[in-house]
Amino acid sequence: MTSRRLESGGFVDRGKVFEFKFDGRTLKGFAGDTLASALLANDVAVVSRSFKYHRPRGIVSAGADEPNAIMQIGKDDATLPNLRATQTELYNNMVARSTKGWPSVNFDVSAINALFGRVFSAGFYYKTFMRPKRLWRCYERFIRSSAGWGSAPAGNDPDEYAHRNAHCDVLVVGAGPSGLAAAVAASRTGARVILVDEQNEFGGSLLSEDTTIDSVPAMQWLEKTVAELSNCETVQCLTRTTAFGYYDDNFVAAVERCADHLGKPPGQTVRERLWRICAREVVLAQGAFERPLAFCNNDRPGVMMASAVQTYVNRYAVLPGERAVLFTNNDSAYFAAVAFKKAGGLLAAIIDSRQSGAGVTAVTNAVDHGIPIMNGHLVTDVVGKKRVRKAQVAQWSGDTSQTIKNTVSIECDLLMMSGGWSPAVHLHSQAGGKNIWDETHHCFVPGETLQQNRSVGAGAGQWSLMECLQRGGDAGRTTAEACGFVVQAGQTYETPQDQENPIEPLWRVPASRSPDRCAKQFLDFQNDTSVADVRLAVREGYRSIEHVKRYTALGFGTDQGKLGNINGMGVLAEALEVPIAQVGTTTFRPAYTPVTFGAGAGEDIGEIYDPVRKTAMHEWHEMQGAPMEVVGQWLRPWYFPQYGEDIHAAVARECMAARNSLAIMDASTLGKIDVQGRDSVALLERIYTHDVGRMAVGRCAYGIMLGEDGLLMDDGVMARLGEQRFYLTTTTGGAAAVLTWLERWLQTEWPELDVHLTSTTDHWSTIAVVGPKSRELLQKVGCNVSLQRENFPFMTVKDAELGGFPVQLFRVSFSGELAFEVNIGSNYAMAMWELLIDAGQEFQITPYGTETLHVLRAEKGFVIVGQDTDGSVSPVDLKMNWLLSKNKDYLGKRSLQRADLVRTDRKQFVGFVPVDGKTVVAEGTQLVNDPLLPVPTPMCGHITSSYASACLGHPIALGLLQSGHARIGEQVVAAQSDGTYVDMQVVSPVFYDPKSERQNV
Amino acid sequence: MLLIKCPWCGNRAESEFNYGGEAGIARPANPDTLTDAEWADYLFMRKNPKGLHQEQWNHAQGCRRWFNAERDTVTYRFTRTWRIGEAPSSTRDVDS
Ligand SMILES: [Zn+2]
Repeated sequence: MTSRRLESGGFVDRGKVFEFKFDGRTLKGFAGDTLASALLANDVAVVSRSFKYHRPRGIVSAGADEPNAIMQIGKDDATLPNLRATQTELYNNMVARSTKGWPSVNFDVSAINALFGRVFSAGFYYKTFMRPKRLWRCYERFIRSSAGWGSAPAGNDPDEYAHRNAHCDVLVVGAGPSGLAAAVAASRTGARVILVDEQNEFGGSLLSEDTTIDSVPAMQWLEKTVAELSNCETVQCLTRTTAFGYYDDNFVAAVERCADHLGKPPGQTVRERLWRICAREVVLAQGAFERPLAFCNNDRPGVMMASAVQTYVNRYAVLPGERAVLFTNNDSAYFAAVAFKKAGGLLAAIIDSRQSGAGVTAVTNAVDHGIPIMNGHLVTDVVGKKRVRKAQVAQWSGDTSQTIKNTVSIECDLLMMSGGWSPAVHLHSQAGGKNIWDETHHCFVPGETLQQNRSVGAGAGQWSLMECLQRGGDAGRTTAEACGFVVQAGQTYETPQDQENPIEPLWRVPASRSPDRCAKQFLDFQNDTSVADVRLAVREGYRSIEHVKRYTALGFGTDQGKLGNINGMGVLAEALEVPIAQVGTTTFRPAYTPVTFGAGAGEDIGEIYDPVRKTAMHEWHEMQGAPMEVVGQWLRPWYFPQYGEDIHAAVARECMAARNSLAIMDASTLGKIDVQGRDSVALLERIYTHDVGRMAVGRCAYGIMLGEDGLLMDDGVMARLGEQRFYLTTTTGGAAAVLTWLERWLQTEWPELDVHLTSTTDHWSTIAVVGPKSRELLQKVGCNVSLQRENFPFMTVKDAELGGFPVQLFRVSFSGELAFEVNIGSNYAMAMWELLIDAGQEFQITPYGTETLHVLRAEKGFVIVGQDTDGSVSPVDLKMNWLLSKNKDYLGKRSLQRADLVRTDRKQFVGFVPVDGKTVVAEGTQLVNDPLLPVPTPMCGHITSSYASACLGHPIALGLLQSGHARIGEQVVAAQSDGTYVDMQVVSPVFYDPKSERQNV
Repeated sequence: MLLIKCPWCGNRAESEFNYGGEAGIARPANPDTLTDAEWADYLFMRKNPKGLHQEQWNHAQGCRRWFNAERDTVTYRFTRTWRIGEAPSSTRDVDS
């Protein structure tokens, strides 16, 4: 293997040698290299295999537009897929792997696909793989394994990521000549400036070009300018930072790669930082991408963008070939050819498609360096599979419809190409700006903007260095002025003036056969989309660029069409016989380049992602070994297993304790709202369906609230604590939504009502003491109020002192048993809990969790909102007519009269018992009247709750059944997911103690 | 990200707010007297303009107040916000 590193020059540190691994081979590079420049220095020609045809591919570009050198970097859990080698800084001991091609890029078993090119032409996914549909799974596996796109790490990301918010007057994106000029001009007014650039150092094109500014080498100007910016207190300079998204109100997201270039972040360093920048004004100076030329086999390794060659030579001191041919349709590439020659390469010829060739400056420069120029010529094809060996060159009249007959071979191992330049209009477009077609330079340039941004430099179609600096400075002053800063007269710059000839567009290169039959002319290297594919799409009727993109996969890859899209539009325009301006661009969406999930998540991972709410008794539950159930943000004990019990045994034991003796439950997660104010009754009358005003002080009531659509929204016990003071409970999951709902009506519709709503969910802890012995237990710990039925009847509330603690004592029951709910300030709740547990030992007090809670209430036919209801259930469906007041209006009342809600064949709430007396069917199981009817068998309902009932001795279920209320006593069939059927008897949903005598004792 | 001007707190990030739909839909005083069609009109029918739209927003992660806002559905730009029960200012903060 030869080293292609130059003896001198470039910005690499030859004293600092980095070893790295590429596909298992150990190679060497220097500090300052990118992975791409290091690979080229090691003469690695093939870096990947293409997606569809598995053709060997080499490095094409030197920036964000790289389609081929897509790498998996790092190992183990810190590995990152889909990184562009051209933008990946080399570090010592880097492990890199090509993400495409298996088992290696040089031997790819799937390359046989290339022999069946016709099968894989445009739309091949649709045509080949969509039918028969049942085989899709096989196809998908085949497609996925035959071309890898990198792999995700198996474990958690070991690195840390951060987010930072920032505000500034002027954000400048891109630190090439125009961006630097803008930042300097803005900063001199005192404006707060943030300057971001995706590369490891500022300078942009100045780092690759050999030119002067104000009669000194451009590098000197660069050093002086960067120093001025770095020393300015109001300027924040961010290198290695990609502005990837432009959102509403001048909000720009940028990711700073703090440690990616070090391999492993040292100490406390975060790997990447996401900047959320609010800018009053934005200057976009993102530069431009050079376009390839679409000749036959233009994807062969050794075919590179001319500007990329210039960058590798001047910046990285790498000569990517020995003997080069340049193929161009514009002047800019001449300077790349000269740079290659000056660095010691052989330049066989410049092939210029233009009849009149380049302007004086470019021609003189080339001739001075002894480079032969062939005007009115084309490179129609290249020879060589894993590396270019020859270019096929032919004379050309300028007629694109022509086929080329006679070609001559020119030997070369590097083919530099330039099809002109496309401004990077990405952020401008993301910000809602339009693009217009520039008829002179044949590219889309930023048009009208919708936000406070302006584009300058090559990104705005300003091509000369002078124009870039001048316009950049103007933009810096204008934006600072827009922010209210006082602006001095503009600075002028002096740069060499070039005499140029205009570019002549060449969207596809004529070949020896028609464009539909010649060897592949690639537009999008990553997706193997060729000129013929786009033309085929047109023949098959596609017109819109958005449709052609999806049909041919043009611009779909990680490079998002940065390289190939404009050529694709040119080919499409030709095939449609319309001007390219009429074809338009596809939509630009964030992200400009891929962003890691880590940067997106930042610190919001693991426990910080979503707060976990724990009750005051949580640690006690954990000490008992109770498995936890997640309910909203809460963790609630599920059941309390003893002596190796499984869930069924534990729940059966807990249920029997509640029914026969004494059980206790932590009900603290109930939503609680304190309602006060002169008009509390008036508000609650409009919210709840029952007659709130008729409740005596000290009474509790079960209440439901409906949406205006008449459907059940939430339920809970509410209590009247005073004339105009109420205590509401909501479901655990519905607490926040109910408070918001009440607040909304109060604030927006009835602001005249004097009511204050306060969430007390966390202030009160709630302990449910349940079972025939519950009264005895409370008496035992000492209660200052009489707990007897005549003094403290069912559904009442009293302030009391229990075991020396002030409490609110409710006589309510969600189990059907004699029960009390103790509301106690959360700071005292654990003490109260332990007091009750200790005193309850003589009654074998049994703690229970959410599972037993559910079984006990199901035995009584009590609904759980959100489990037995799903937002489509009315109170009438639930047979809650008794709760619906006829004396007043309330939210949703009118809707109960709507035609759909009075239908008798609605799904209605009923109970079910399996006829076999033993099958517990799964919740969610569909019900059918007749399973023998042909598929699709009509469903008539579904099971919403289903449990084994220890106290009844058989399984029970609740569910919604069409016309269910009229079908008590009939049978339906539960169609289980395993294909078996269970006959279900339709019964009343109240299975246990139907007269509700037990809770009243 | 949009900056939304809460009439109580001032400019705050969009992520602090919840959207509440079209503003100015008064609940009928006597729902019982409405036909099904009239009730359905109140319940379901909403404007869907291309351009300025008056909406209710809630500063959910801030003062928790509901307020009115006028927003351009094309540019997403908020042109003005005002408190419930008050009239919108005659001038807009920004053009749509
Ligand atoms: Zn607010």
